[in-house]
Amino acid sequence: MMSLSLPLMAAVAVLGLLGIGLLGLLVTRNLIKVVVGLQILVKGALLALLLAGRLSGQVQTGQTLALTVIVADTIVSVVALALAVQVRRQFGTLDLQALSTLRR
Amino acid sequence: MFDLLIVAAMLGCAFQAVRGTRLLIAALWLAGASALTAIMMFRLGAPEVAVIELSVGAGLVTVLFVFAINIAGEEPPVTLRSLVPAPLACIVALCAVGLGAAMALPNLRVESSLVQADKFATVVWEHRSLDVLLQVVLIIGGVLAVLGLLAGGRADARKESQ
Repeated sequence: MMSLSLPLMAAVAVLGLLGIGLLGLLVTRNLIKVVVGLQILVKGALLALLLAGRLSGQVQTGQTLALTVIVADTIVSVVALALAVQVRRQFGTLDLQALSTLRR
Repeated sequence: MFDLLIVAAMLGCAFQAVRGTRLLIAALWLAGASALTAIMMFRLGAPEVAVIELSVGAGLVTVLFVFAINIAGEEPPVTLRSLVPAPLACIVALCAVGLGAAMALPNLRVESSLVQADKFATVVWEHRSLDVLLQVVLIIGGVLAVLGLLAGGRADARKESQ
């Protein structure tokens, strides 16, 4: 049971982060807060990859996949934040509801 | 006990990042969650990725968030009604977590006797070279996309001023 404690805690962290990230994506209306929710969701996915690698005895493969996910997640965040800055400059708001009804 | 504290603090930071109304505070809570995730990664036996997560997730991404919030300007912290009703969103998130727990938790006992002996660098550069290529493509694509976005915005501003 002692050897199970760390994987169990990691699994709880994975499920918690995925749940909180999903909740954030569902309830937020701010474009930058959407990126925050996405970041939390991806952190859960990263931990899940490392946990799967540990459980299957392939820690290094899990690390490699996690590295790729970190790079992709950072690029997504950078592009999304640049998009948010431009949206704020053009339309003056970051509210998703207002943006979905706007026409230039 | 230490792992339990780390997980509780991580989930608390993540929840505060989602719940907070001020963007700057949310970015700082997210940085805390990233740092605690890095500790958890280290505990899981992945020190290389833990260091990268700490420097990129808690460092670079936080700086980018602060930079973007500084440029875009923080909106007044008013509590807007969410697009999806909050109780429905909570139910959906809880259902997703429950489904994930039902699928994942019974399989946690499966410990493989297979242990990968290769080093991290060997796996990255020799076994997963396609991933490295993908990362290079992603970085170049991301840089070009950001340059295009920022240059497009600058051109629009110049046109409006003329």
